[in-house]
Amino acid sequence: MKFDFHRNHFLLYNTAFWGFLVLSLIIAVGPAFRAMQTPPTPGLVELTPEEQRGRDVYVREGCSYCHSQQVRPLEMDLPYGRPSAAGDFVYATPQLLGTQRTGPDLANIGNRQPDETWHLLHFYNPRIVVPESVMPAFPWLFHVKDREEPGDIVVPVPEPYKPAGKVVVATRDVLSLVAYMQALRQPKLDLKALGMAEATPSGSPAAEAASSATDEAALGAQVYANNCARCHQANGQGLAGIAPSLVGDPVVTAADPTEHIRIVLEGLSGRRIGGQEYPGRMPAFADVLTDAEIAAVINHERSSWGNNAPKVTVEDVRRVRGQ
Amino acid sequence: MGSASILPKVRLQEFLEEDPALTRLIYEYLVWATVWLIFGTLVGLLVSIKLSVPDFLPYEWLSFGRLRQIHTNTVFWGFLSPAMVALALYVVPRTSRARLHSFTLARIALWLWNFVVAAGAVTLALGYSNGNQEFREYIWPLAIPFASGLLLHVYNFYQTIAARRIREIYISNWYILAAALWTAVLYTIGYLPWWQYNLGQTVIQGYFMHMGVGMWFTPFVVGLTYYFLPKFLNRPIYSYALGVLGFWTQMIFYSLIGTHHYIYSPVAWWLQTTAIVFSVGMLVPVWAGTGNFLLTMSGKWDTIRRSYSLPFIVVGVIFYGLASTQGTIESFRSANVLWHFTNFTVGHAHAAMYGFVAFLVWGGIYGLLPRLTHREPSIWAVGVHFWFALLGLLIMLFALSVGGTVQGLSWIAKQPFIDSVVKMAPYWLWRSVGGLLMVASHFVFAYNVWRMRPVGVPRDAAARVTAEVAA
Ligand code: HEC
Ligand code: HEC
Repeated sequence: MKFDFHRNHFLLYNTAFWGFLVLSLIIAVGPAFRAMQTPPTPGLVELTPEEQRGRDVYVREGCSYCHSQQVRPLEMDLPYGRPSAAGDFVYATPQLLGTQRTGPDLANIGNRQPDETWHLLHFYNPRIVVPESVMPAFPWLFHVKDREEPGDIVVPVPEPYKPAGKVVVATRDVLSLVAYMQALRQPKLDLKALGMAEATPSGSPAAEAASSATDEAALGAQVYANNCARCHQANGQGLAGIAPSLVGDPVVTAADPTEHIRIVLEGLSGRRIGGQEYPGRMPAFADVLTDAEIAAVINHERSSWGNNAPKVTVEDVRRVRGQ
Repeated sequence: MGSASILPKVRLQEFLEEDPALTRLIYEYLVWATVWLIFGTLVGLLVSIKLSVPDFLPYEWLSFGRLRQIHTNTVFWGFLSPAMVALALYVVPRTSRARLHSFTLARIALWLWNFVVAAGAVTLALGYSNGNQEFREYIWPLAIPFASGLLLHVYNFYQTIAARRIREIYISNWYILAAALWTAVLYTIGYLPWWQYNLGQTVIQGYFMHMGVGMWFTPFVVGLTYYFLPKFLNRPIYSYALGVLGFWTQMIFYSLIGTHHYIYSPVAWWLQTTAIVFSVGMLVPVWAGTGNFLLTMSGKWDTIRRSYSLPFIVVGVIFYGLASTQGTIESFRSANVLWHFTNFTVGHAHAAMYGFVAFLVWGGIYGLLPRLTHREPSIWAVGVHFWFALLGLLIMLFALSVGGTVQGLSWIAKQPFIDSVVKMAPYWLWRSVGGLLMVASHFVFAYNVWRMRPVGVPRDAAARVTAEVAA
């Protein structure tokens, strides 16, 4: 047989086949094996069986078609956490990095939003807590029962979402899914040691510079919308059973901001506010937001919706954080 | 390679008599492709509506995340793939001047694929997904019959080509059979588990996602076009040598660009850079193909205007060039910052799979089928299909490209995330309007396929055929 691709089909198709196979080994299989050798990020914990179960629910429902789980080293990704490192994914098969962000990135959602009650309501129907949301509701992850039974975890679904005369109870599937959400925490990383531009939340020069560049009021509104509005709502009025109203709230309007700052840094639970008990809890933001962001969001609360309390400075936040 | 330029340019004369058994086989393929087209795009429309009305049909097996997988996989593996193969079942034997090696194998392959697409839709609706890995969401037990069908095609085409009665392998057959071979490799690498743990799987996902388009649909449909365009225009392809250049550069450049779906991800930086560099290299085969086709068409606009298949091919060729070039631009880091994760990329996918691949497939079908069955569709109905599909696509692309840009700019401006959701609302609505037009056009297409059905084509004409081939 001649060495002529035009006439020798054996030669032509073997060249095409082996050529592509070799290229595939070089560009895909080899690098894949190399990527698998990445050591875990220090502090990365493997998922528990329950969390892994939740991850399976995540795959079953196709959450990754709207949510990424990778933070890029770009300024616009700062609200989602620090830039993802290869070692963050060591226990994560199937990979769920995602290619769409119709919803926010979830790589660090366990730090940003750990509250179980909020997640349960959000999965029952996202529009309960975020009226503009386009995320699907997942009612099949819940039982609707006539009455509560021992051991049931009842979800405090408000009107008009609550099925009349019934109680909404969480299934194991949704509890696993929430456990998975809570487990999505980026371990702290010494980015400087890795030679990357540092962008971790607390006190990071990059984040700090970015914040000072932005108008503080705009920053405060943005941080509030991304972190607080899902519970306290855009109008500050809160949601019955989820989070108190911040309008005219004594802590928010107090002249001494120490308590306000401390609650945002450390979170809060079990306090009666305005005669109401809240089954959920206020998450801690110390590891999620920079001092500048905390100052900005506190000032946003102190000056919005008719509130008019003295402002705080980044130094105030730093002082309380240091205590 | 020396004799390349004087090769079968003019050898594409029509065979006046057809093979009735082949006509029936091709028609069967096209009927099923049409069924899956309608099902797959109805699902797509529903997915799109759900972004405007999220509480519409809130049932488990109709939820967004599950339906989206059914939509993409059905149109990929249920509509476009068998439709391309249907056309190849004609092109490969015809350009080889041989009879198709085995009708039985081709039929088995069709039913294997039909089974996979149907079972895939059911399993995905039930929540069984191969880890949400785009375009390979069918669980592995379904990958086996799919791959078997693919291997049957490889074998069938190879035997047909090996038994050819002319010395040269026509360029279409380079592309078509190579595409099947490449996809066999791709599918195997995509489904074997050993290199697919944690970030390793991300590397393979970029490779698979890109190569599914780049090494299956693109070369296959380009190969078909190398036959149909000169045949319908009744003139030789502008440059045979460009086709050969396109073939080899396709193999080398396309293969290396999968990671451009993970720019700025934790996947190794050198892989990302390689992908970007070869995304530029990709322009060589793209414009070798597009340019070749456009130059073949030039001066024949009158013929094109009077044909009902050629306008589809013109649109397909233009989208081939535009969508691929758009892909190259999207891979640049600077553009990626703006468009990655946004709906812009969804628009790009539709430009490629619909504007490019589906339009070329339709052009082939409208050109070929009437010649086989001697039954013409109504010109009016073909026109409705063409204009609804094109208009729908343009509306969708406009909505997703502008909307995706708005989304990206909103993130860069560090506005609250929910702003980007609110701002998308009108664009999602327009996308559904475009989708509605597209789906409507598919019903018209189904009607046209029915109009072109083989009536009075003898069931068994093997004897006649043998006589013809010998003649
Ligand atoms: C159709 C796209 C879509 C799908 C599918 C989807 N989401 Fe969402 N998701 C969104 C959007 C949009 C938001 C932002 C509005 C909101 O908070 O509801 C969001 C918000 C969230 C949030 C809050 C994030 C934050 O930073 O406040 C979580 C947690 C979440 N989704 C989890 C999930 C899980 C788990 C699934 C699968 C069971 C899922 N989502 C499926 C679109 C989607
Ligand atoms: C998961 C829902 C949730 C999120 C998100 C949330 N909060 Fe809260 N917040 C609560 C709940 C619940 C309480 C009441 C806790 C209690 O009763 O002990 C609360 C209490 C507070 C209080 C104290 C009110 C008082 O009178 O004691 C302040 C101030 C506050 N939140 C500010 C914020 C800020 C600022 C953010 C965003 C950075 C935020 N919250 C995000 C749920 C949330």
